[in-house]
Order: sequence, then C-alpha cells, then structure tokens
Amino acid sequence: MNLRDVRGPEFGEYGGIHMPEPLMAAIDELAVAYEEARQDPAFGEELARLGREYTGRPSLLTEAKRLSASVGGARILLKREDLNHTGSHKINNVLGQALLAQRLGKTRLVAETGAGQHGVATATAAALFGMECTIYMGEVDTERQALNVARMRLLGAEVVPVTTGARTLKDAINEGMRDWVRTVDTSHYLMGTVAGPHPYPVMVRDFHAQIGEEARAQMLEQVGRLPDAVLACVGGGSNAMGIFHAFLDDADVRLIGLEAAGDGADTERHAVTIGRGTPGVLHGSRSYMLQDADGQTRDSHSISAGLDYPGVGPEHAWLHDIGRAEYEPVSDAEAMDAFRELTRLEGIMPAIESAHAVAGAMRLARELGPDAVLLVSLSGRGDKDVATAGQWFDVIDEGATQS
Amino acid sequence: MSRTQQAIAASNGRALIGYLPAGYPDQQGCVDACIALAEGGFTAIELGLPYSDPSLDGPVIQAATQGTLDRGFRIEEAFETIAEVTRRTSIPVLVMTYWNPVLRWGVDRFAARLAEVGGAGLITPDLVPENGTDWIAAADHHDLDRIFLAAPSSSDARLDVVLQASRGFVYTVSTMGTTGARGEMDSAARTLADRLETRRTALGIDLPRCVGLGISTGAQVADVLGYAEGAITGSALVAALRDGGQERLRERVADLAAGTLVQSH
Ligand SMILES: Cc1ncc(COP(=O)(O)O)c(C=O)c1O
Repeated sequence: MNLRDVRGPEFGEYGGIHMPEPLMAAIDELAVAYEEARQDPAFGEELARLGREYTGRPSLLTEAKRLSASVGGARILLKREDLNHTGSHKINNVLGQALLAQRLGKTRLVAETGAGQHGVATATAAALFGMECTIYMGEVDTERQALNVARMRLLGAEVVPVTTGARTLKDAINEGMRDWVRTVDTSHYLMGTVAGPHPYPVMVRDFHAQIGEEARAQMLEQVGRLPDAVLACVGGGSNAMGIFHAFLDDADVRLIGLEAAGDGADTERHAVTIGRGTPGVLHGSRSYMLQDADGQTRDSHSISAGLDYPGVGPEHAWLHDIGRAEYEPVSDAEAMDAFRELTRLEGIMPAIESAHAVAGAMRLARELGPDAVLLVSLSGRGDKDVATAGQWFDVIDEGATQS
Repeated sequence: MSRTQQAIAASNGRALIGYLPAGYPDQQGCVDACIALAEGGFTAIELGLPYSDPSLDGPVIQAATQGTLDRGFRIEEAFETIAEVTRRTSIPVLVMTYWNPVLRWGVDRFAARLAEVGGAGLITPDLVPENGTDWIAAADHHDLDRIFLAAPSSSDARLDVVLQASRGFVYTVSTMGTTGARGEMDSAARTLADRLETRRTALGIDLPRCVGLGISTGAQVADVLGYAEGAITGSALVAALRDGGQERLRERVADLAAGTLVQSH
C-alpha cells in the first residue's frame, strides 16, 4: 500500500481517538460528515474555487538564487504559502473546515492559536461565512504576537487570553476544548494543525495536501525534476504534512522536518518533540510529546510562537519511526540568522516559524553542495514577527541596521 | 467484589462522593481533608491527580491543581495519601486521573501500586472503554473499580459500552461542560440518569449511577438523590478549603451531607 493512502484513525501505533466521553459524539459526527464531504464533488469544487478566488492559489514557487549562492550553490526553491490571503498556509485548512462546519449546521467557530496565524485565518473565514468566532490564545503569545490579536479583533472575533499552565499554545487548546464541550451543539472546533483526535490529523492534512501537489508539479515544470529533499518546519506539523504528502511515495525524495530547538536541543528549553520526546497521549491522540516521568506535559520553548508546542501530529511520529521522514532541530539563533539572510538576500521576510525550514535548507545546502535541489515550505510571512525580530537583532547584532 | 459498590449499597442508594485534589493544600492538608469527608458521612472519595492539561476541569480545580504541580507534586505522594487514609478510615478512595500519567507509569505498574496502597479504583475522564483494554485487564487482575463517564451526548450504543466496561458505578455527567459550581442543575442530568436506567435494565447490569459536575449544595445533593444512587461534588469542597481551610471544609461537608438525609419530592 502507498504511504499516501494511509488515512487513520491510526498511523502505526500513533493517532487514534483519545477524547473524553462528552465529546465522542461530536467527533464521530465530524468524521462521518468529513467522509461524506470528501466524496461530494460540490464540496471539492467549492473549496477549489475559494482557493483560486479568495486565497490566491496556486501559490508561487520562487527560486532563491542569491540565498543559494550564499550557501554553496545548491538550488533552493521556496513554496510561497506566505503569499496566501492572511499570510500563511493556515487558510487552506480553515476554509475546508469552515465549509464543513456549515454543512454540519454550526454557526460558531472555536479555535486555538499560537502565532495567531491560525486565529487570523479562522476569524477571516468566520467573517466570510457570517459565523461567530472565539479564539483562545496563550497570554504569552498574545504579547509576542500582538499584531495578530488586533487583526482578529478587527475581523470581529473574540480573542480570549489563556492564563493557565505555560500560557502558550497547548493551554489554548485545553481552553478551546473546554469551550467546545459546553457549546458543541452550535460550535465547530477548528483545529489548526495535524494533531488532535481522528479525523483532525487526516482532515487537516488533506486540506493542506494541495501545497505538495502544486509544488511537485511546479518542480517538474520549472526545474525539470523532483527535489532531493523537501524541508518544512514542524510545530504541530500541518504545513510539513501538506508539502510532504505528495512526495511520500517518491522514495528518492528526502523529507525533513525542522523542529524548534529554542536555546538548543541539548538544553532544557526547546520544542524538539520528536527528537527529544517520548510517546504519550496529548490533546486527543497518541504521538511523541515532551513529558516527565509522571506523564506531566513539559513546557516547550521557542522564539516562534507557532512552533512552541510540546506535541506533534501522529502522522509525523509514524513517518519518523518507519524512517520515511527525518526530523532535525533548529535553534532560535539559527532560525533568526536564516530570517535575516532570506530577508536581506531575497527581499522575502519569512515568518519565524518558516525561518526554521530555511535554516534547515541552508545547512543541508552546505552539506550537499551545488548539485542538490531543495524544496522549502515557506509557510508564512514575517509581518507578525517584526517586533520580535527587531528586538532580537538590536540585542544580538547592534550593527544589523547599518550593514 | 467492588468495595465502592458495596459502600453505595450500604448508603441505601443515597451515596455522596467527594472530589479532592491530591496534594492540596499540601500533603498533610489533603489527608486531613479526606478524613473530614470520611467522618462527615461521605460514601467515597475521588482523589484527583493534578495534571498539566486538565481539559475537563473548571477554574477552581485548575487553580488548585496547578498550584500543587508548581510546588513539585509527584504522583507517589497521592499513593502515600491513599495509604494513610485507608489505614485510618474504611472509606473507599478512588483516584481520578487523566490518562497520560497512567500510560507513562505503565498501566499495570500504576494499577499494582494503587492496589498495594488500598485504593479502590480509577475514574478516567479522558479514557473511553475502547481505548481501555489494558486498563480493564489490569483492573480485573488487581481487583480495582473502573469508572467510565456517560455523558448527555452519548448515544444508547455508547451508554451500553460504558455500562459493560464499568465497575463500581457509572459516572453520570450532569451537563455538557467542565467541573465547577452551578446555580442550577441541568435537566440533562435527570434525562441521562433515566436513559442509563433503561439501558442497565435492558442489559441486566446492576451498576449504580452517580451524578457529577456542578453539584455544590446540600439541596442539589437531595435533588440528585431523588433520581440517582449517588451525587458527586468537587469544586464546592475545593473552594471551601481554599477560602477557609479545614474548618470551612467541615462546614461544607456537613451542609452537603445533610442533602443525603432529605427526601426530595
Ligand atoms: C507561518 C507558520 N508556519 C508554521 C506554523 C506551525 O504550524 P504547523 O506545524 O502546523 O505547520 C505556524 C503556526 O502558527 C505558522 O503560523
């Protein structure tokens, strides 16, 4: 069987439906509704139309020539999800789930957000479809992504800062789940990544699979061959699964996920879930996670709010264990260097999340030399990160503004 | 044989079960609180393990358990508490835990340690029976109760699965929501209790129904005991401990226990 055809609930020993009983009926209903929608051509057509006319698909494939030259000549191609409406890949999944929520007769969207990109995309879809919207966001993240909080509120969403736990993405998911259990009759929980109970991991991946499908065709057309490696950052793992999926059965194409290593993978402050974690159950599915000996979730750390998550989608855990995909750490410092390089050399300012993928590509380019061809998921743009980056470069590199 | 079910039977189907977070306000304070419940006429104790991601808990319990985790609580402390409480009283002590800590310990290792300290069983809010094969086997092996949740949203087919997998009682979730005191009990609780009655009769399963979430007064206890065999209360106890220590807790215990004596109509 092709790897591409695996559709859960389990991915190897990972995934499943690990939910409290009160939410089981809603999860069952969602799984059935999604299967029906998937087989309904009208649903697919409507989603494709929105992609073309609202999101701006297909997204471009841009060759980063000056960046290539600076790292030894390997060709680096950027899949430009940053050019999507709302500024990241997140909109692909959001439009799919919002359409599905409408089919289910729901009138309200509830979601968590880390960097705020998923929250902005969800608030956008709610505006477009005339739905109510509540977004839970860890208090730490509302501070470091304040621009996105304002965007969500301008779009008409209620943004609730979450003050429990580590006050980041995982706690926002907990609070979103608490909301959903109270409001499940009218609300759809719009999970923003390939985590959570089945059907979320496969459904979110399906809605993002167009990233890889487009990129694969664009590689053949613009470069004349498939890449040697596809690289993407991994928080929960949605942009990575989206771009990996079309290549899963191309055995010669390496798939490389970059995990946020914060202060460093060998320190205590990181978000290297696959590289440093162990299997467990978090937020409805079994996967790798950061936890202590009592099974308490450990806090993750990353400069990037969107990657600051101690869990990861189950399909990634499985691809790791079967050896189909590789996962490597990228520290805050490496990611910020890549952020600066891409901005200065190409005039493309990436989201700090995406900068992790760029850093991974720069490292691999140096290693493989000029014959290599690398495809990078540029999952989002950096507008939301200007304050963080400004602070970082003032502290770390006083001369940055003059050079 | 289930000690919890025996205790519920001994209450004449007017059981009162109290939730307390392990380690709160500290190790000794938690033991004292458990003793207060036992002496105050409670039927069983639900000792909650503080967990980093308590997705079904409301603000009062979250605040208590987070503070407990912040001071470095380890699960072994809860086992020590159970050992002391079961040495000093005969009240059944059930552990309420989210599932990942049990998985991390190893299901059989956790069950063995619970049995060793005299614990009565587990209440598992985020484990459905379909994912509980290992636990059901371990519970049988160590003679522990396994209490799964039935919810207002559960289909009849799911209620059957829950009834067939549970031992001790069925945790009858009163409302679609999280833990926390509510002014008024939902009519959903009564509807669910009635549906469970129909299903357990159809299946020939003799299992008490204990209703939990939102019960915070003696009057609510009396009301619930008008249609179910047990009432479970939590946030009201935790808030009493938080606001007025053991003394306030004992007052709250007396108020709640009075609800088991009133026949509601
Ligand atoms: C631009 C961008 N990339 C990546 C991510 C990480 O999510 P995922 O791993 O699901 O793609 C986020 C999350 O907020 C994001 O905003």
